[in-house]
Amino acid sequence: MQVTNAIQEVNRHTIAVLVDNESGVLARVIGLFSGRGYNIESLTVAEVDAGEKLSRITIVTSGTAMIIEQIKNQLRRLVPVHKVHDLTIEGPHVSRELALVKVVGTGDKRVESLRIADIFRARAIDSTNESFVFEVVGATDKVDAFIKLMEPLGLTDVSRTGVVAIARGPNPI
Amino acid sequence: MVHHDTLTGAEILLKALVDQGVEVIFGYPGGAVLPIYDELFKQNRLRHVLVRHEQAAVHAAEGYARSTGKVGCVLVTSGPGATNAVTGLADALCDSVPLVCLTGQVPTHLIGNDAFQEADITGITRPCTKHNYLVKDVNDLAKTVHEAFHVARSGRPGPVLVDLPKDVVQAKGEYQPPSKVKSKYKPQVKGDLKAIEKAVEMIAHAKRPIFYVGGGVVNSGPAACQLMTQFVRMTGYPCTLTLMGLGAIPGSDPLFLGMLGMHGTVEANMAMHDCDLMINIGARFDDRVTGKLDGFSPKSKKIHVDIDPSSINKNVAVDLPIVGDCAHVLEDMIKVWKAKQCRVDEKALKAWWAKIDQWRATNCLSFENSNKIIKPQYAVQRLYELTRHRNPYFCTEVGQHQMWAAQHLKFDLPHHWLTSGGLGTMGYGLPSAMGVQMAHPEALVINIAGEASIQMNIQEMATLVQHRLPVKIVILNNQYLGMVRQWQELIHGGRYSESHMIHHPDFVKLADAFGAVGLRAEKPGEVDEAIKEMIAVDRPVILELRTDASENVFPMIMPGMAHNEMVLGPEDKGRDKPGSEQDGMVLV
Repeated sequence: MQVTNAIQEVNRHTIAVLVDNESGVLARVIGLFSGRGYNIESLTVAEVDAGEKLSRITIVTSGTAMIIEQIKNQLRRLVPVHKVHDLTIEGPHVSRELALVKVVGTGDKRVESLRIADIFRARAIDSTNESFVFEVVGATDKVDAFIKLMEPLGLTDVSRTGVVAIARGPNPI
Repeated sequence: MVHHDTLTGAEILLKALVDQGVEVIFGYPGGAVLPIYDELFKQNRLRHVLVRHEQAAVHAAEGYARSTGKVGCVLVTSGPGATNAVTGLADALCDSVPLVCLTGQVPTHLIGNDAFQEADITGITRPCTKHNYLVKDVNDLAKTVHEAFHVARSGRPGPVLVDLPKDVVQAKGEYQPPSKVKSKYKPQVKGDLKAIEKAVEMIAHAKRPIFYVGGGVVNSGPAACQLMTQFVRMTGYPCTLTLMGLGAIPGSDPLFLGMLGMHGTVEANMAMHDCDLMINIGARFDDRVTGKLDGFSPKSKKIHVDIDPSSINKNVAVDLPIVGDCAHVLEDMIKVWKAKQCRVDEKALKAWWAKIDQWRATNCLSFENSNKIIKPQYAVQRLYELTRHRNPYFCTEVGQHQMWAAQHLKFDLPHHWLTSGGLGTMGYGLPSAMGVQMAHPEALVINIAGEASIQMNIQEMATLVQHRLPVKIVILNNQYLGMVRQWQELIHGGRYSESHMIHHPDFVKLADAFGAVGLRAEKPGEVDEAIKEMIAVDRPVILELRTDASENVFPMIMPGMAHNEMVLGPEDKGRDKPGSEQDGMVLV
């Protein structure tokens, strides 16, 4: 059997999963990934419909086309899972991540961190004489870039939400 | 004021089980389930089989479920009772057996407190059940039990666990009948008609076709098996069955090529390798079937019908997937075939059968018989010949005896063959035979066992005697963990590391100690008499046959080899060829 490179190519996919908000559902999803050896690059979850008790999980994962198809089908097999949508292949989507970034320093470095924060439209949401906590929102690579630039300026702590994503246009998943 | 009857949780539970059609529960009592057992005591709609180990309760329920098509029901206590059931649940998940396992749990206020006999059983069983529930409110109990049965039997069947804290079954609440419960779980059963039309077209135009049929057809039910047989006969195409699929079409049908895979027949494996169209109905391209993936049926287009979308393109990329229940899809396929007045390519088919007949002529299941020592294949053949008039149910344990049974027994009816395929659980056979006999009291139920496997759940002999279940156990005693010994001989340089059990119990005396009947045959000449004596007795019997310790199961696809690289027997030089070492592509 000849295997072409296209089939073996590993790509990153953002998958939206609508689940019943019941105890153990997150453990089922995470257990599925660890039990079958799939990657989780990021995972976010929160209730999105209190009336119907539905939560939305956004998973960023990577794999070959065959593995990604497996991941989606395995997710669909879980009884509390209602919808599985691969935002990466189903059309354009927007994705955002929020990070809280703590930078400690004084003098020029402190000024420079503020200037860069301004360029990235990051907000200082906490401040002392020797530190800032910045809130930065954007696509993953923008957040990555911001954190990288803060490294030499006294970066001491980072907390990231992981990716949330939604399809462009009027249609829900 | 509207008056609602309030019942205790235990009463609600039993009412729900009755409404779900449960007749038999396989279980074992303990502290956390005492209120449920107290309710069981007060009624006589539900029968209870008291096993001797909780693993056996689950296998018995599997035997019951697989021989009847109903959902099997298990009741065990919290902690060790529940953890003992785990192997059975994993087995049922691998082989898609519908079960509901009810486990006791410590009272809700003690959960998470490391209480006596507490185990996080919903956590432990999450990866080895189809789904599981922890019931925290007595008013959710009926709804949860109904949904558990619905999930267990719908789509690809599987085991569902319901964890019942003691205070919940003691509390009072309201009962809801099944008709009031709407489940959101609705798997797709109808196949896409466009895909089915395409499939029929491919089937009609094939030159070297083969049906590769698995347990999905058996699970789908007797109608699916009839339709499968009908479609195979309409086309006149060859058909091979997986270990789990045996009985899906009659074993005596000339279109049946025998089982395929690691210990499959030459004609089945070669036809799979050389076919131009593979029609997979309800099988899952298991690694024991495919052998080395990059050498698997390289020249064929592949159609795959499966109710579980995750089975499609998991191991083998297919050209035409159809998601749906086998019975529905087969029914549609036959309709389309008739409507389009499809004709097979007679000339190509004749040439294909001529080739298959050449492979058949190798007579790959033949063996050198002996008049001094009992050959295990001979024992299985005699067992088949002397019992076939009674349409027996055959269960097996796991190992060489299981493969010889699969090779040499023929099943003309589905649901008469029960074996642990996916998980390969030694100790499955005896308790599953128990479950079969509970469901079919008049039937002849035979468990073919090895002397090692049988000792994994031998305690269930007491259950057989207590419940007067006249199961027949035939032990092919070769003194070894036979399949382990075979691999050590063929692959590990004959170093028989821990595969020789030097001491075994005297099985005749053991049967006697349990209150069953013990028989033994040591020479080929004694086999027939012993079998006849065994089936004449209306009590549980252990028949020990002392078999040739050096016999191996052939043909065999060695680890890392493809279908066309079978080793045919001890003289075959092919066994010295090295297998592929490509990671993840080989049999282990």
